[in-house]
Amino acid sequence: MLDESPRKLVQVEDLRLYFPIHTGVLRRHTGDVKAVDGVSFDIFEGETLGLVGESGCGKSTVGRALLRLYDLSGGKVRIDGTDISDLSVGELRPIRPKMQMVFQDPQASLNPRMTVSEIIGEPLVEHTDLDAAGRQARVLELMDQVGLNRIFQNRFPYEFSGGQRQRIGIARALALNPKFIVCDEPIAALDVSIQAQVVNLLEDLQDKLGLTYLFISHDLSMVRHIADRVCVMYLGRVAELSPRDDLYANPLHPYAKALLSAVPEADPNAETTRQRIILKGDVPSPANPPKGCAFCTRCPEVEAICKTEAPALREVAPGRHVACHFVEIQNRAGSTGPKKPEAIEPNQQGERA
Amino acid sequence: MPDGALPVLDVKDLKTVFRTRGGEVHAVNNVSFHLQPGELLGVVGESGSGKSVTMMSLIGLLPQPPADIRGGQVMLGDIDLRTAPAEVLRGVRGKRIGFVFQDPMTSLNPVFTVGSQIMEPLRLHMGMTKAQATERAVELLELVGIPDARKRLKSYPHQFSGGMRQRVMIAIALACDPEVLIADEPTTALDVTIQAQILELVKDLRKKLGMAIIWITHDLGVIAGIADRVMVMYGGQVVEQAPVKDLFARPQHPYTRALLKTVPHLTGARQARLQVIEGQPPILTAHPTACAFRARCTHRFERCDAENPLRRPVGHGHDVACHWVVNAEVAHA
Ligand SMILES: Nc1ncnc2c1ncn2[C@@H]1O[C@H](COP(=O)(O)OP(=O)(O)OP(=O)(O)O)[C@@H](O)[C@H]1O
Ligand SMILES: Nc1ncnc2c1ncn2[C@@H]1O[C@H](COP(=O)(O)OP(=O)(O)OP(=O)(O)O)[C@@H](O)[C@H]1O
Ligand SMILES: [Mg+2]
Ligand SMILES: [Mg+2]
Repeated sequence: MLDESPRKLVQVEDLRLYFPIHTGVLRRHTGDVKAVDGVSFDIFEGETLGLVGESGCGKSTVGRALLRLYDLSGGKVRIDGTDISDLSVGELRPIRPKMQMVFQDPQASLNPRMTVSEIIGEPLVEHTDLDAAGRQARVLELMDQVGLNRIFQNRFPYEFSGGQRQRIGIARALALNPKFIVCDEPIAALDVSIQAQVVNLLEDLQDKLGLTYLFISHDLSMVRHIADRVCVMYLGRVAELSPRDDLYANPLHPYAKALLSAVPEADPNAETTRQRIILKGDVPSPANPPKGCAFCTRCPEVEAICKTEAPALREVAPGRHVACHFVEIQNRAGSTGPKKPEAIEPNQQGERA
Repeated sequence: MPDGALPVLDVKDLKTVFRTRGGEVHAVNNVSFHLQPGELLGVVGESGSGKSVTMMSLIGLLPQPPADIRGGQVMLGDIDLRTAPAEVLRGVRGKRIGFVFQDPMTSLNPVFTVGSQIMEPLRLHMGMTKAQATERAVELLELVGIPDARKRLKSYPHQFSGGMRQRVMIAIALACDPEVLIADEPTTALDVTIQAQILELVKDLRKKLGMAIIWITHDLGVIAGIADRVMVMYGGQVVEQAPVKDLFARPQHPYTRALLKTVPHLTGARQARLQVIEGQPPILTAHPTACAFRARCTHRFERCDAENPLRRPVGHGHDVACHWVVNAEVAHA
């Protein structure tokens, strides 16, 4: 039988990434920050998976772990069929051009002593046989693609605004025609008109080159625009993974509901009447996560079981994965809303504030 | 806010130029604006339009050289910050004016603990003892939603996520109860539930402390939710300013109009493709003698090339720098 489903370019299985905590004069290993604690998902070839969630929940760490910028604490990462979980630096080298990253912090990721054309051309020196003239031509092409004026090529990063610096980072990531790009808040520092240009550019490149993206962002309106599926993380774990339209029309996980209700709308009249779910309680620390469900300390729908048992991520409807004790598996005719009687209707989540 | 009240901050004709190897960059060109007591002024504008440089210039935080502040007046009450001696400025910064800047990694010092960085202004400006400053620092970290606040005082910035570092910066800015808070994209790196908390916090602090705030952001949603008035910058100039509802309902400048159309929405039909503003930001190598937006403007005519438009009133508290708009107004009158 022919396998008709799209190919999985990225496969992540029970990924764990712990940062050790050392304390005392002897710097003894006394615990771990469980930045990523058992995350599984696939990314299909040519798709964009949005990754959203609380500040500090481990999104960047997932992105960096997928590219093996860290050694994994557990789990498997497969890129384009190759298991890269345990590869050495040398073994990773030929695979690196396939996978690239656009960083969250443009300031920290650009070498201040290199000119723009050196920065963009650096991966070409390392990974291609292009001569100086060939590299130069490619650098200028990349600068055009990301909307950087060619006359800036010999300037240094500090001479640019935050937004301009981010475009330099994107040009560099595109240099080697990668298959998979982790975009870690790539447009957060850009002004909205440039965001639209960059997002259109990312979409054009995806169409043209069949690129696959992990798009990490806190801009849920933009994620709705660009992503095919969306993964909502909370404290190192996946809370919900759903196709875009399902998630935005009817978020199932209580955290996903709160998240969507908190998005500001660009309309001052709507903003004065809008009701939100303002989450209470502390954001737990990943060094000391709560027992049971990671979200139980802030969840408006919390029950006793949530404080003792961690809910597994289950497929509750076709393509919809939710980690919540109170989201029922959808029966053929029924809805997928929470089963509690006071459960809110889809799209009415704002009324709970 | 009564229109007649004396502004807490009054900026007139601020002009900042950078001298670079590639020539001059005219980053801020005769920017004038005022901030009323208790008011929240939202600032939006093109990346590179001079929002950050304007704010850094007015509190004297730009290294000179390469920056050269060529003119202007920055009145904080009756002190002109532009000409005030360095020690007066030091007493103002972090005390009367608190600020949070873009790129938290560059603003927090990586070699000092988070706690010591929060306590520094408290000891310097408020004369607190170490114990008092520690208590206040814990309170401030809790205020901005950092869990385990007391323990986290001993952490270094790299041990925090981007969002947590930004909340630390907000805590530092609020430390001395400033009259004016300048926040340069303070919630850009934050998750929206935390942003919602911080926006609530800001609304609260304004009520309690009557603080006046300048809030720079790219997020028109945030502006819609918290600003009283909005100032739109383009090419180192203020091209439009208006009360928030007026700006969203009746944007006048062609740049503002285009800007409002480029944002995707959370509800309603998804656009197949986002609307963009074609072309590139202007290269500011000299003082502008023509409209900075003309190369990207669909309404351009001869006058736009010949003369840089000045801001003219087009409504109550609403003014705009555009020859086309002013012409249309005249035609309607
Ligand atoms: N090098 C490190 N050493 C110790 N802890 C770390 C390190 N890097 C990240 N962490 C911790 O791991 C957790 C996840 O961090 P990460 O940067 O992945 O979050 P994030 O979801 O990208 O957040 P943000 O939205 O703020 O960027 C945080 O608690 C952070 O403090
Ligand atoms: N140190 C510097 N040397 C030369 N030019 C500079 C320097 N700092 C800023 N500029 C230039 O000044 C202009 C204004 O920059 P600024 O950082 O104020 O923009 P911004 O409006 O804050 O943009 P963004 O939204 O991207 O943060 C830009 O054209 C920038 O390239
Ligand atoms: Mg991150
Ligand atoms: Mg800026």
